[in-house]
Amino acid sequence: MGYDPENPMKDRITDIGPPHYEQFFPPVIKENYGKWLYHEIVQPGVLVHVSETGAECYTVRIGCARLISVDMVRDYCEIADKHCDGYLRFTTRNNVEFMVDSKDKVQPLLDDLAKNGQMPVGGTGAGVTNIVHTQGWVHCHTPATDASGVVKAVMDELFDYFTSMTLPAQVRVALACCLNMCGAVHCSDIAILGVHRKPPLIDHDVISSVCEIPLAIASCPLGAVKPAKGTTTTGEEVKSVTVTVERCMFCGNCYTMCPAMPLADPEGDGIAILVGGKISNARSAPKFSKLVIPFLPNTPPRWPETVAAVKNILEVYAKDANKYERVGEWAERIGWEKFFEKCNIPFTEKSIDDYRLAYDTWRTTTQFKYTSHIK
Amino acid sequence: MPKHDTPLLDQLESGPWPSFVSDLKRMAQKKDECWDILGQVELSYKDKITHWKHGGIVGVFGYGGGVIGRYSDVPTRFPGVAHFHTVRLNQPSSKFYSTAILRQICDMWERRGSGMTNFHGSTGDLVLLGTTTDQLEEIFWECTHDLGMDLGGSGGNLRTPSCCLGKARCEWSCYDTQAACHNITMTYQDELHRPAFPYKFKTKFSGCPNDCVAAIARSDFAVIGNWRDDIRIDQAAVKGYVNGDHAANGGAHSGRDWGKFDIQKEVIDLCPTGCMWMEGDALKIDNAECTRCMHCINVLPRALRPGKDQGASILIGAKAPILDGAQIATLVIPFCKMDPENEFEEYKDLLEKCWDWWMEHGKNRERIGESMQRIGLNNFLSIIEVEPIPQHVKEPRSNPYVFWKDEEVEGGFERDVKEFRKRHAM
Ligand code: SF4
Ligand code: SF4
Ligand code: SF4
Ligand code: SF4
Repeated sequence: MGYDPENPMKDRITDIGPPHYEQFFPPVIKENYGKWLYHEIVQPGVLVHVSETGAECYTVRIGCARLISVDMVRDYCEIADKHCDGYLRFTTRNNVEFMVDSKDKVQPLLDDLAKNGQMPVGGTGAGVTNIVHTQGWVHCHTPATDASGVVKAVMDELFDYFTSMTLPAQVRVALACCLNMCGAVHCSDIAILGVHRKPPLIDHDVISSVCEIPLAIASCPLGAVKPAKGTTTTGEEVKSVTVTVERCMFCGNCYTMCPAMPLADPEGDGIAILVGGKISNARSAPKFSKLVIPFLPNTPPRWPETVAAVKNILEVYAKDANKYERVGEWAERIGWEKFFEKCNIPFTEKSIDDYRLAYDTWRTTTQFKYTSHIK
Repeated sequence: MPKHDTPLLDQLESGPWPSFVSDLKRMAQKKDECWDILGQVELSYKDKITHWKHGGIVGVFGYGGGVIGRYSDVPTRFPGVAHFHTVRLNQPSSKFYSTAILRQICDMWERRGSGMTNFHGSTGDLVLLGTTTDQLEEIFWECTHDLGMDLGGSGGNLRTPSCCLGKARCEWSCYDTQAACHNITMTYQDELHRPAFPYKFKTKFSGCPNDCVAAIARSDFAVIGNWRDDIRIDQAAVKGYVNGDHAANGGAHSGRDWGKFDIQKEVIDLCPTGCMWMEGDALKIDNAECTRCMHCINVLPRALRPGKDQGASILIGAKAPILDGAQIATLVIPFCKMDPENEFEEYKDLLEKCWDWWMEHGKNRERIGESMQRIGLNNFLSIIEVEPIPQHVKEPRSNPYVFWKDEEVEGGFERDVKEFRKRHAM
């Protein structure tokens, strides 16, 4: 029984795909599949969905660190066994949801969650929900910053917005630790993005053995990587590459293709803040996040500059935006010049696009607002 | 006894948000390698740089993805994480679990890996963080034989599809997102497990234009629920909202005093197409003008529902910035049925047309959205045999640089310059 290394193909099963989802539905979900009529958030973190059969499903949502141990998962299971017939689910934004089929089961569930101390209830409605994020220094080779630590620091500071619904609309915060952007960072209300600022090093000693040089050259979207001779530490001349530094936009593609071209650097790396993206089609079309702060330093363990920047933008928005207005809709209504002024963020040339299609973002009208930027 | 001092990480144990550091420390009581994770991450916090090497190629026999090789660049200091590969497990559609299967996964992972996980990875997989090469076949065996689970995707392949929870617990889902996600994942197991594409390819399923799985931003092939008849209105419930009997926007704004609900200001005036009005107590919608943005339905969930003639829109080509800049997906099929009865045939036909072309003509590491950009939307539409319509563009082009084809112009391109000169002297 079990895997036999002597005989790896014996009884091998492949391509079975994921288990069928239906076997994991709590009874109230199974019985009312496709029959839901409406929902309401009865208090922060608690939703009720009402079915045409009259059945109700109460959902309690809790925040989760995403990077969790099997013991943490077992803690979730214990709650689900005690209160939810042994079922639970995870959301796209790394929250955990516990479902019960009547109102009187909600308070005992909330009480047990509160006792645990690592299971904060919230993340619904016009508030800040969990930060979608990536691996960072815990598990990836290309990051320009950490993920879990920055998220923990930011969520500690925004915690009251997780457990309440006082904002003009939902605010989706996301973090990606490099430009690969695992996660919808490019369309988030507030995006925290790890960026490099030093061009790749070139390790002539190993490049010809660990890289396909033509692929490394082709990897650069700006043609900054060129074939060249390099000299190894032992003085040997080898086929290698050179980087036209003025052309480099620090995207890291070359490193993805070639381990001999690392970009990461303690001083060079840090965080950029982008705002105003959205996914939903409600009212206005989905939009990209826009770069408003080009660089903040990496300051572990709590990244105070990043935390302060995110909180500042969130709170200025909270005060100034209309009901239902997402961050990007608000910035467009007041105008980006006002956004910078109200948030007291210095505008720099780094926010002016100079990549492809840049012209689309340049202003081609006489309509503008007088802000302190006009001297 | 802590194996390494972690004065920086320790500062992430305070505060109200769940602490991954405390969790790791708890796991380290049982799993020594968790100390080495803490130790190595602490070193990264000190050095402000990652200590993971560029990945290596590891995997299970017969699959080209699902396992990401990971090695420490300081293995002698942290031997527990010297080899620390990631295993991606294909999650069940919309991430419902029984505690029975979760406990089985946990037990397996405590025996065969570090005990640390991501619930879930950004694409949707259940991610198991940290194991050694010799465990991979054993893990695969246990997953397929005992857990009934399989690996997810990585590399130039179909990445693990994902979906919103749809009809399981949402009143707005215009098709069965979970059935679609599961069916399509099962149909394309080969494309998922054996990379043969120029680059990654993601498909995601949202049940309505609120797009809770971010399909429009994150998937090469986004399926977003939509409808084509009239929004269903319950006028009694409209009155209920106007009278303040029901909380607007499903109670999402109840934490602040925004004043009395005002249907004119909060619904009618915010409708992007201006197609709503009140006639006495009744809310009217000119459905021919509605672009189905969901705003009014979101605000009045008891009174308004998507129409009954439901299906989905298909949008192609979204991606994050690498390589050529970020793209939001482009509308290609405004409306099609997503019918489990015919095995989602319309979806699959279009998907396979896209793949056939992209596998042949896509460049190495070119997402399909970039291939589309390179050849132009008009050419792309003709390749996948979709009739161009105004819905494909925000506005017509403003430059006159049309690439007319030889056969489109009377008499063709072939002309005789001598003939020309006879009539037009130099
Ligand atoms: S965003 Fe970049 S650094 Fe972060 S996990 Fe993804 S690929 Fe790695
Ligand atoms: S970081 Fe990007 S722009 Fe710079 S050399 Fe590498 S691939 Fe080219
Ligand atoms: S995308 Fe639409 S149908 Fe799916 S969960 Fe979100 S609101 Fe509901
Ligand atoms: S769905 Fe949007 S466009 Fe249609 S009526 Fe409602 S608010 Fe207006």
